[in-house]
Amino acid sequence: MDVLVWIAEGTWQACVEAVALHVPPGSAVTFLHVAEPAPRELARGAGSGLLGAPRRRSRDRVVPETDLAEQLGRELLERAAGRVGAPVSLLQRRGRVEREVVAEAAGKDLLILARDGDRRRLGPRSLAPATRFVLDHAPCTTLLVWPEPAPHLSSIPPPPAHPPQRPS
Amino acid sequence: MTQPMGTILAMVLLLGVLGFAVARPWNLPEAVLAVPAAGVVVALGVVEPGRAFSEISTLLPVVAFLAAVLVLSHLCHAEGLFAAAGALMARGAGGSPQRLLVLLFGVASVVTAVLSLDATVVLLTPVVLATATRAGMRPKPYVYATTHLANSASVLMPISNLTNLLALTASGLSFARFTALMALPWVGIVAVEYLVFRRFFASELSLGGDRPLPRGSDPQRVSAVTTAFVCATLAGFVLAALLGVPPAWAAAAGALIVGVRALARRQTTAASLLAAANLPFCLFVLALGVLVLGVTDSGLGAQLARIVPTGTSLPALLGIATLAAVVANLLNNLPAVLLLTPLALAAGGPVACLAVLIGVNVGPNLTYVGSLATLLWRRVLREHDTGVSVGEFSRLGAWSVPAALVVGTSLLWISALMLGE
Repeated sequence: MDVLVWIAEGTWQACVEAVALHVPPGSAVTFLHVAEPAPRELARGAGSGLLGAPRRRSRDRVVPETDLAEQLGRELLERAAGRVGAPVSLLQRRGRVEREVVAEAAGKDLLILARDGDRRRLGPRSLAPATRFVLDHAPCTTLLVWPEPAPHLSSIPPPPAHPPQRPS
Repeated sequence: MTQPMGTILAMVLLLGVLGFAVARPWNLPEAVLAVPAAGVVVALGVVEPGRAFSEISTLLPVVAFLAAVLVLSHLCHAEGLFAAAGALMARGAGGSPQRLLVLLFGVASVVTAVLSLDATVVLLTPVVLATATRAGMRPKPYVYATTHLANSASVLMPISNLTNLLALTASGLSFARFTALMALPWVGIVAVEYLVFRRFFASELSLGGDRPLPRGSDPQRVSAVTTAFVCATLAGFVLAALLGVPPAWAAAAGALIVGVRALARRQTTAASLLAAANLPFCLFVLALGVLVLGVTDSGLGAQLARIVPTGTSLPALLGIATLAAVVANLLNNLPAVLLLTPLALAAGGPVACLAVLIGVNVGPNLTYVGSLATLLWRRVLREHDTGVSVGEFSRLGAWSVPAALVVGTSLLWISALMLGE
């Protein structure tokens, strides 16, 4: 079985646990981390426009020479890999997170990902927009895990008292 | 030169100088065009030499203060204080994204107020990006927080934002009185931003970080003596401001002491200190002041004065702040403050000027083109086609800006009532 595991900050532990629980031994497992350029570009953009700042130098100061996000992504992948007994392959991508994950999932047998939205109640908001996109467009079977025990069923709002009436 | 011709000339020169400052062709300093333009305005008699001279001598202490604070920020950076603040925030947060946000709001608001918005954008933002990423948290809320607070938390002191410096002289307020009147609005605006961020980034902030003590984030050892000097200087110029002594002296003395120490310890060079003081930029500010005189002394003011609400009632102040925020987004924050301050002064006195500042400082968070910084930012984004979503930026601004404007202006009105006008 060819399995892709989406490793992301804050939720990766749950995905790694899911590998141990649900992936048959002997499967080919790949851990994927996508470095998101948005926060870095946000920081870069804010700095490059300041009045009075020598442009080039200020830009270099705002944006670190080495891309920290990629470096830390690699560290994260290595730590995640250390948590599983079997060998896994590590994969790093850079760009729009949801597009990269979907592209890498093509041709796999299983994609493992975690809910990363508002997880106080069961419902569609428990998926952040990027995760929602991946789930909606995944070109393979997906396993969607809760990073923590799922909220109680009672977190679903009661159905409307009167079902919507069809116009007669 | 006739009055209308003079006005048109001053307007054209001002717009040209601001455009030049945005585009910075060949990386030339802003002053390259601004200083000759100011000279032309004086030479052609649009601004009398005496007026220009008195404007420059009023602006000079403020600009000296700006230079001292720029040097001080640079020294804080060279000493590793920003990196140390990042490590302290990570430790204090203990892996909790919400706690990191609280700490960051505290640090970014104070850094913006005391060391100016430049320090927050250029020196604090990269540290925050690294801190959050290292702690295993999603960095987006924190980077948005520094970019937002660089604008909205810059209302507290004249030194926090160039817009404040430009309005200070026109308003006739002292440094201390400015700060006293703006203290309450500053707290209110930061609180509004915080509440909006907690709601807007609820899902990112609910994902726990996994590295409470991030590896490799321990900064170089920070000298306790230097830190004490820096803190004493910051406290000193706040205190001087409150006592009515020109705070530039305290800032200059502190920058001198810390600077000489840093030079002796070879943490920085004389050249980089001089570069940090950014003298061409200081010249630009002085020239801008003269150019603006050329515009405001002319008849243009009377036309615009009709749409500026008069008085210092709460609705009038809200109207002025809103107008300022709208103009800041339509044009840019610098022209907005230059244009509206004299009108607000005539319509409602110094307190109305402060309402203008709340508008032009908070307003730029609404759209990309809200300020010179964001105007360029948009260009940078287009160059790189990054994942920064214009929609997300605007939605965040749509929540925070109107609320911060209303709360900040209402608190300004209360401050003015309490402290007397």
